[in-house]
Amino acid sequence: MTGSRDRQGYGAITAAFGITALAGAGFAVVYALDAGVRLQGLTLLVAFGSLAIGFGLWSRRHMPEGMFVEEHPVTVSSPDERRALYSAVDRAHAPLITTPWPRRMLLTGLGTLGAALLFPIRSMFTGPEPNSSLSSTPWRAGALVVREDGSPVRPGDLDVDSMLTVYPEGYTHAGDTAVALVRLRPEQLALDAAALAGTVNGVVAYSKLCTHAGCPVGQFVPTTAQLMCPCHQSLFDVPDGAVPVAGPAARPLPQLPIGVDDAGMLIALDGFSEPVGPGYWTTT
Amino acid sequence: MIGRRVVRFADERLRLAQIVRKGMAKVFPDHWSFMLGEIALYSFLVLVLTGVYLSLFFEPSTGERLYTGSFEPLNGEMLSAAFASTVELSWDVRGGLLMRQAHHWAALIFVAAIVAHLSRIFFTGAFRKPRDINWVVGTTLLLLAVFNGFAGYSLPDDLLSGSGLRIASAIVLSVPVIGSWMQFVLFGGEFPGNDVIERLYAAHILLVPGAIALLIGVHLTILIRQKHSQFRGPGRGERNVVGSRMWPDYAFRSIALLCAVAAVVFGLGGFAQINPVWLWGPFEPSHVTTPAQPDWYVGWVEGALRLFPPVEFTVFGHLVPAPFIPGVLIPAVTFLVIYCWPWLERRFTKDAVHHHQLDRPREHPFRIAVGVWALWFYGLLLIAAADDIIAAELRIPVFDLVRLLQVAVLILPLLAAFIAYVLARALRAHPEHRLTTMRWQHLGAGLPRRRRRHASASVRRSTE
Repeated sequence: MTGSRDRQGYGAITAAFGITALAGAGFAVVYALDAGVRLQGLTLLVAFGSLAIGFGLWSRRHMPEGMFVEEHPVTVSSPDERRALYSAVDRAHAPLITTPWPRRMLLTGLGTLGAALLFPIRSMFTGPEPNSSLSSTPWRAGALVVREDGSPVRPGDLDVDSMLTVYPEGYTHAGDTAVALVRLRPEQLALDAAALAGTVNGVVAYSKLCTHAGCPVGQFVPTTAQLMCPCHQSLFDVPDGAVPVAGPAARPLPQLPIGVDDAGMLIALDGFSEPVGPGYWTTT
Repeated sequence: MIGRRVVRFADERLRLAQIVRKGMAKVFPDHWSFMLGEIALYSFLVLVLTGVYLSLFFEPSTGERLYTGSFEPLNGEMLSAAFASTVELSWDVRGGLLMRQAHHWAALIFVAAIVAHLSRIFFTGAFRKPRDINWVVGTTLLLLAVFNGFAGYSLPDDLLSGSGLRIASAIVLSVPVIGSWMQFVLFGGEFPGNDVIERLYAAHILLVPGAIALLIGVHLTILIRQKHSQFRGPGRGERNVVGSRMWPDYAFRSIALLCAVAAVVFGLGGFAQINPVWLWGPFEPSHVTTPAQPDWYVGWVEGALRLFPPVEFTVFGHLVPAPFIPGVLIPAVTFLVIYCWPWLERRFTKDAVHHHQLDRPREHPFRIAVGVWALWFYGLLLIAAADDIIAAELRIPVFDLVRLLQVAVLILPLLAAFIAYVLARALRAHPEHRLTTMRWQHLGAGLPRRRRRHASASVRRSTE
């Protein structure tokens, strides 16, 4: 459109590439002086930006645009060409069709080899098969309840209406061990007798892994005695056995039965009776 | 002249003269929307270059080591090598932070450009035969780009990306029958697993980029073989392409675009802080950051996880967990429909002939309605991924907002689709108008009338 606007406008293009040179050198200087990420970014922004402007102006002012026509080839072969291909293929296939056994055995061989080569995938994880790993945690009867720093916990260490994250001794960094220890007033707990036997003076323990997607249920809301998952806002009612009351979680947080040992420290009375964390095919 | 000598050297061995001459004269249509795909291409180029630089400093290992560097709060702590090296390359490698931030911004732009490009292809019918084959390649590129973005985002082993990986592991775990095996194979055991960073690294820097580069090659080869589609216009037809030549006109414009992409990416990399992992801290299984949002291109899955009601059911005594429908089924169906769209549409239009000229978006009101529905549906899911932040900003309870969004995500996209349908029909009846020049009285032509769909479709065909 503007292709023939003679010699004018080259000044701006020259200037743009000149700025590229300056800004490029500027980047080197900024780097050498360790002048910070902002100036590094700025010099590159200007260098590449002026380069873009230079090329853009050059193309826009001095090159013809939109006046060229290219013919399309026919995108489909003619029926004759295709028929010729079919018969060539048929001729080439003839020896394969008349002698079926090598072909059949070749397919059997390749199939077997292909299936066999899938076996090493099992090496991508070690240990027992997934479902038994998923359904167990290191929590055992008698496991000492400890904080992240390894120190044991007395029931009285928690204020009423507060939460503490605890682990079985020796497993503070494992993926499935975190437990939310919550202390309420004992009369608040609306649990059945068996579940109540696993609490100590209003201190109740639930797996900290959300039953939705496994995030740590990290936020305790004292006013409503609820645990909230910060990832997808599932809300669990602590007094009622951590049943989900809002959000996408569908199952309660499994309860860990706790008691105290002879030294008055919190221990687990047993492991979890169901898998912790997100559900999977064999979760019952 | 040195240029001539190079040409002669190559031509005497490869006989290139004619091919190069024809290549230089290849014609590109002049429409801005044809450059969206190029933005994706050039972001990929920037991603490869900045990524190679980062790989020189990043240590893909969850093994712990001492961090000693200039970020004081973590100085002297035992951190995973992945996290420690990410903090080091941000704070102590000169130019490292620029490259890391530019890399992250380029990734966001890469996927955004692919989605914009896909929308252009969709709304103008460029996916129709014979280009349906390239639609499939392009959709695969989108899938790979999203996956590689997530993999890269997860590499620093920080608390935020660790939460993302945890959710990803729960999603994989929720797949019926083989979910737990898949999760163990991918992560090297029960979450957090021992090997996931190393594996994501191999995928992120080798396998997936290799596949992307290969498919870009396929994408462009098919493009060159089939030649460009183009909008209708004077002198344009089904048997030609009208526009600018490859060299030098179009090449200069395209190089300008490459430079502009680089300018924006490095400008953002320098000025716009992104993913400051040292603030999130190292990953620790029992910890989580809040608020926690992923990069935008997986935000719609996160939003679906937040909005979908707590539905778990059993099949023959086996559990199908809550993340399955929003985390597996919805994304799977989404991509399946995208892949199949050219053939789905063909079932309804019975239109199986070759098309080298594009539709104006208005010419296919139903297609517009579907596209607008999708943009609203996935857009609202993306918004839902930030529901906690929005609720805090607006000072409303997050659960009220969730309920509102649950309703909105069902109704608003349908409403928007209907409006788009009516507008497209009205515009189709008044081809001389554009959206901005339309008057109220034109709208009447757009309102759906009973039992007239076939009639209007045949009118459209006869006008082609």
